[in-house]
Order: sequence, then C-alpha cells, then structure tokens
Amino acid sequence: MSTPLLSVESVGVTIDGVPVVRSLSFAVARGESLGLVGASGSGKSLTALAILQLLPAAARLSGTIRLGGVALTGMSAAQLCAIRGRDIGMVFQEPMSALNPSMRIGDQVAETVRLHGGASAAAARDMARAALDAVGLTGAQGALDRYPHELSGGQRQRVAIAAAIVLGPALLIADEPTTALDVSTQAQVLALLRDLARSRGMGLILVSHDLAVIAAVTDRVAVMQAGTIVEEVVTTDTLRNLEHPYSKALRAAAVLAPKRHAQYSVAAADAADRDGFRSREAPVLDVRGIVRDYTVKRRSLWRRAGVLRAVDHASLVVHRGETVGLVGESGSGKSSLLRAILGLERPVAGEVLLLGESLLAGGRAQRRLRRSIQAVFQDPYGSFDPRWPVERLLCEPFHLLDVQPSAAERRRRVAQVLERVGMSAADATRHAQEMSGGQRQRIAVARALNTEPAVVVFDEAVSALDVLVRAQILELLAGLSAQLQLAYLFVTHDLAVVRAIADRVYVMQQGRIVEHGATQRVFTAPEHDYTKMLLAATPRLALEHGVSRDA
Amino acid sequence: MKRRAHTAGFVVGALLTAAFVAMALLAHFWTPYDPQALAIVDKLEPPTWHHWFGTDQLGRDVLSMIMAGAQNSVGVALLSVVIGVGVGVPAGLIAAARGGLADDVIMRGNDVIFAFPSLLLAILITAVFGPGAVNAIIAIGIFNIPVFARVTRGGALDLWSRDYVLAARLAGKGPLRISFEHLLPNLSGLLLVQGTIQFSLGVIAEAGLSYVGLGAQPPSPSWGRMLNEAQTLTALAPTLALFPGLAVVLFVLGLNLLGDGLRQRWAR
Repeated sequence: MSTPLLSVESVGVTIDGVPVVRSLSFAVARGESLGLVGASGSGKSLTALAILQLLPAAARLSGTIRLGGVALTGMSAAQLCAIRGRDIGMVFQEPMSALNPSMRIGDQVAETVRLHGGASAAAARDMARAALDAVGLTGAQGALDRYPHELSGGQRQRVAIAAAIVLGPALLIADEPTTALDVSTQAQVLALLRDLARSRGMGLILVSHDLAVIAAVTDRVAVMQAGTIVEEVVTTDTLRNLEHPYSKALRAAAVLAPKRHAQYSVAAADAADRDGFRSREAPVLDVRGIVRDYTVKRRSLWRRAGVLRAVDHASLVVHRGETVGLVGESGSGKSSLLRAILGLERPVAGEVLLLGESLLAGGRAQRRLRRSIQAVFQDPYGSFDPRWPVERLLCEPFHLLDVQPSAAERRRRVAQVLERVGMSAADATRHAQEMSGGQRQRIAVARALNTEPAVVVFDEAVSALDVLVRAQILELLAGLSAQLQLAYLFVTHDLAVVRAIADRVYVMQQGRIVEHGATQRVFTAPEHDYTKMLLAATPRLALEHGVSRDA
Repeated sequence: MKRRAHTAGFVVGALLTAAFVAMALLAHFWTPYDPQALAIVDKLEPPTWHHWFGTDQLGRDVLSMIMAGAQNSVGVALLSVVIGVGVGVPAGLIAAARGGLADDVIMRGNDVIFAFPSLLLAILITAVFGPGAVNAIIAIGIFNIPVFARVTRGGALDLWSRDYVLAARLAGKGPLRISFEHLLPNLSGLLLVQGTIQFSLGVIAEAGLSYVGLGAQPPSPSWGRMLNEAQTLTALAPTLALFPGLAVVLFVLGLNLLGDGLRQRWAR
C-alpha cells in the first residue's frame, strides 16, 4: 500500500495542561473524503487546526502528522506557511467573516496564488478565474471585481472554497462549511465539495456535528467523542452500520423522531388542514391574510421609495395541542409573518385571531390575550438580559398578569416551571451566562410557559444547538405539548426539525404560503415545485423515517 | 461578567483621578493657606518649605490655588457631564425607541449643536450670557448633550434588536419600561466610559474658557486663569506656569487612562 496522503499518528493536544485530544490516529488517501463528526467539545475542530498547525498558543501537540509522508509536526513557521494554502486548503464555517469585505473576490482568490509566489499578477488572475469557474461562479455572477457584500451566503462560501482550491491543494479541510447556509445552498455546496474532491483526486476532511451532512458527502466517517475517535466506518446512505453507542446516539439525533403524543393521524391532520377545524373545535391561533410591506430606501431624491412585499396574504391555523411547522429559506418572509403573528409589528392587512379574539386590537385586551401566546427565539445567547438572574428573567412575563403574584408565589412558580423543563429550582439564582446553549434554551422554554399560554411560537429555536442537545430539547417539547395540550408553531428553515416534530406544515416562498398539509403527506408527496426542491436539497439521512429508537 | 486583572494604565488612571478628586474634596474644607489671601511681601517666591509650589505675583500660595482650582475644575466638568447625561441619554433613548420623526428631529437637532466647534460654542454662550462658572457649566454641558445622545441611541438601537428586548415586548412591556429595565443597565458601561472621556474634555474646556477670561471670575481660582496670569511672568517665575499646567495635563491623562481601562473592561 502506498503512503496515504495524510496520516495522523497518535496525536494528542493539551490546552493549559488539560488534554482535549487524545491518542488520535487516522489516515486520508488521495481522492478520499473523510467525515469527522462529534458534538461540540469533542475536539473535531481542534483536530482540523492541529493538521494545519494553527492551534491556539496555549495548546501543546504531541504525536506525528504527516502529509505525503513528510512530518508537519516540528516544521518551522516558514515551512508551514509554504504548505498552508498550497498543499492544504481550508474552508471555515462563517462565509461572512472568512472574506475580507473591502477586497474584490478575484483579488482574494488570487491572493493565495500571489502569497505562494511564482505567478505574475495576470497569471494569478487567470488562476482565480479558473478556480471561481470550478466552484460554479461563472459569468457575471463570479465577476472578479465583485465585493463580498454583493454576494449571497452560498456564493461567499463558494469564493472561500475557490480560494482554498486555487493552488490545487492535495488536501482540503472544511470545518462546518454549510452550517450557516440555507438547505438548498447547503446541498449545492456539499455536492461541490464532493465533486471537487473526486475530480481533482484531492483528499477532503469534512468536520461537522451533523451526521446527515457527513453522510451526504464522505466516503468514510470517523466519530469523535471526548477527544478521540470511537468508531470509523464506511459511509452508507443510512449509516446503520454505526455500532458504538455514542455514534448511535448521534445518528438517532440526526434522524430524530421524538416520541409523539396521542397519535394524530395523517388523515386527521389533513382534515384539520382542509376544514380549519379539529374535532369541531375552532383553532387557537387563526392567522388570516397577513400582508406586510417594507419600504425600500429611495435610490434618488426624485424617485419614489419602493415597496417590498415581504408577506403576501399569508394565512395559517394552529389547533389546540397541535404542532405546526412553517418552513422556508431565508428571505421567504417567515420571520416577518412571525413578527406580525406575535403582534410585534402591525401588518398592512389581515388579522391574527388568538382564541377567537383579535391580537391586534391593542390596549388592555391585548395584554390579557398576550398571556396566551409566547415565543422562544433562535439565539440562546441573545435571549436573556445578561444582568438578570434566571428567576427575574422567568418572572418577566408576569407583567402581563392583572395581579402581580407575591414573592413566595413567584418562587413557587419559577421552581415549578424550571422542573418542568428539566432544570432544578436551584438554577433560579444563576445567570444565563453560566449556562450552556441547551440549558439556556430550556430557560427560554420555561419563560414561555410561565404565563400558561395556549400557543408557543419557536423562531429557529433549535437551529443554534448541537444535534444531541437539539434532540433533547425537541424531546422535551414533545412531552410538554402532550402534557399541557400546548400548541406549537415552529418557524424554521430546517426540514429535519419539522419532519421530526410537526403534525402539519406550511411551506413559504417569497412571502406566500405555497403548500400546506399533513407533514407526512407533504414530505412524501410534495406538490409544489419549491417544496420538492427543498426536500431534494435536504440530506437523505435527515429525512429518514420510522427509525426504531433503540437505546 | 468575568473580572479581569486591571491593566497598568487603568490603575495609574484611577489613582491619578482619585488623587485630583480627593484634592478637590479636601479643598472644600482645608487648604494650606487661603487661596484668595494676598501677601504682596511674599510675592513670586520659588517653591519652599512654607510654600511647596511657591507664590504668585500677588503672594498667594500656589498649592492652595491649585487645590481650589481642582475644586472648580471637577465641579464644572462634573456638572456639565450631568447636564449632558441628563438631557442626552433620555433624548437618545427616545430617538431609538420611537424612530421615525422623533428620531429625525432629535438627531438633526444634535447635528446642529455638534456642527459648532465646542470651544466656539462655549465662548458664544459665555459672551452672550456673561462670563462665570455657571455659564461655563451650561456651555460645556450643552456641548455634551449630542455626544451622550448619539452614544445612547447607537447602543440602544443595537439592544432593541436583541431577543431579550423582544421577549420583554412580548411580556407586554412598553418602550419606557424596557428602556429603564433593560437598556439603561446594559448601556451603563458604555455611558461610564463616555462620561469619563467627556469629563476630561470638560476639564480642558474649563481651563480654556477661564484662560480667555470666560470661566470662573476672579478672585475664585481656576487653573486656566492661573496659566494666563503666569504667562506674562514666565521669565521671572518659570515655576508659576508649571504647576497649573501639570495639574491640567495629569488630571486629563489620568481620566483618559481610566476611560481606556474601563472601555477594555466593558469590551465583551
């Protein structure tokens, strides 16, 4: 057997003396792609940085890393600089910050060429052109003189990939390259990475917390836990060949199917969808013909300000105890619709009925009604006033009550709601900053439950969470909905989440609801082209059905 | 918030600032000599054991005048910051909360004030309303208003987009309540840093105004007028200009170091 392209031999990394990567060994052959998967903190990103010898200053590395048989460990800084970019390319998660905003994209791609010398400015430009063509940014779209802000997120990530491959590196490392992207863009970028690796005989290391992403691209999967590889298998479509308990847990999280409450059949869901009634009960949330316009900034003093219709006559209903998904990509208008539903911004037309009353009435009636609709937001880090302890945060919705509860009553209710979301009463005195993302999202759920609402709206509430934590939160939510007869409206771009938890789904595109119905029916037999496209773009594993949840 | 070790600059700045503020407070109760007492026989003495900083052309004790001048400086700068905060912060909060016309009116009004060179504006005001410490405070205070309004509006606009403010709105809280409960506490660091900077600018502005005779009026002592009077006597008594000059420089330096240190602590 010839020497592998990359071999990592019993590598360890310690940060301030604490081991974070332990006895790690793997190899990548030319033209092969390896997926490194694990929850956050499993050491997968540090492994990627270790290969590039870009570890933080406090880190100490042991073991050997060889590229094409030559040890990278122990090389001088100058030697490493020559290798990074030329022999190893790297793509990062955030396409917004990986590019220099004040530099034309052609120059950014050409920069790699120029830094490694040996090419004239004209030749570097030609190579940049070729690299941008290779990543599918052809013609006017990929014109060399465009700036990053003129490009979409997916296009920016393509530029970053072009810069990484322009010198034809033997190895490409991509760290969560699609986490910040929409589903359809994610599918395109993943396909691009796979094709580049195959057509150029390049080794590819794809780092992700999401097995579904890994399964879509790689030849082999290495599962990392607590700084070491616990299992390495050949990638199959369903990854049923994973055997280690941790790998199985990751897979279960990726194909996620929380135990659902009393069966709500597809037929019943479809009937509720068609008639607008469920068991002859009027819906708890009835959103009718919402229209929202934004004024676009005037181009000149002489022209009229333009109007952008963000939401165009969108209607939806949510029944008691039902979980409804609202999916769409960024820019589809789902956030604008959500703000109108929450009564945060007034729509141009349409009305929102909550328990049969108009939420847009304003005044005292609106305050009373507001108790019945609460929300959980996307960012577990921005959802809480950093200066407030958990107890005060949880009591904020009490402002909606006519009579403020006594201090003892507050404490009792806070303790109760904390236990309900799987935290302890002792957490009331802590601050949100001391908590992990998952714990924070539990606190956010607790805050939403505190006024005993009928509907809770989730705005991408699990998107920022690690797969394992995401699965736990969804499990918690499914349980709470059954227990409290809560209705949920899940607004998300992630079809896997909707598939896992929603009874019914609305698909939104360019401000309109283009399709709706029972989730299972919409996902297995989509009618609208946009729904079909979204489903085709979602990694197969994430949509896998009927997985037995063996522990 | 994680407490980090203070930088050397922060410590030096805090010590210098504390020393001047303490001096100003002390001067309220005690100075070595009466800073206004004339003793022509002792005029223009160099620093001695009796008069550490020497005496001026009228025989007044320079150390006592510096101390009383500190009282004047701190008072003027502090009160003008209070005016700036008192008007600018609510204006900024309203502009951010209401948006639209209110925002335009408030911010364009600020631009008008901002467009005047600060010292020129102060001279204009003191020229119209007459010189004196009170008018100096008002003049410098007016200049502080747009600074605080802008800082507050910028910070508040950022906070308005945070999810926790959304959550507060969902809890039925109005803009006023949200501004007090969520925005102000989270802007306090920013405002403290800006306050320190404006304080130091206030010290300089006060010295400048009294240097040209528009600040505190004789006989009440001020650093700016001491500098002015010492100017003509530089050849005779070089130390006379040195001490008030040093006082201004060190106090402003201390405040700026303190402001920088605070900013680093609040940069999260």
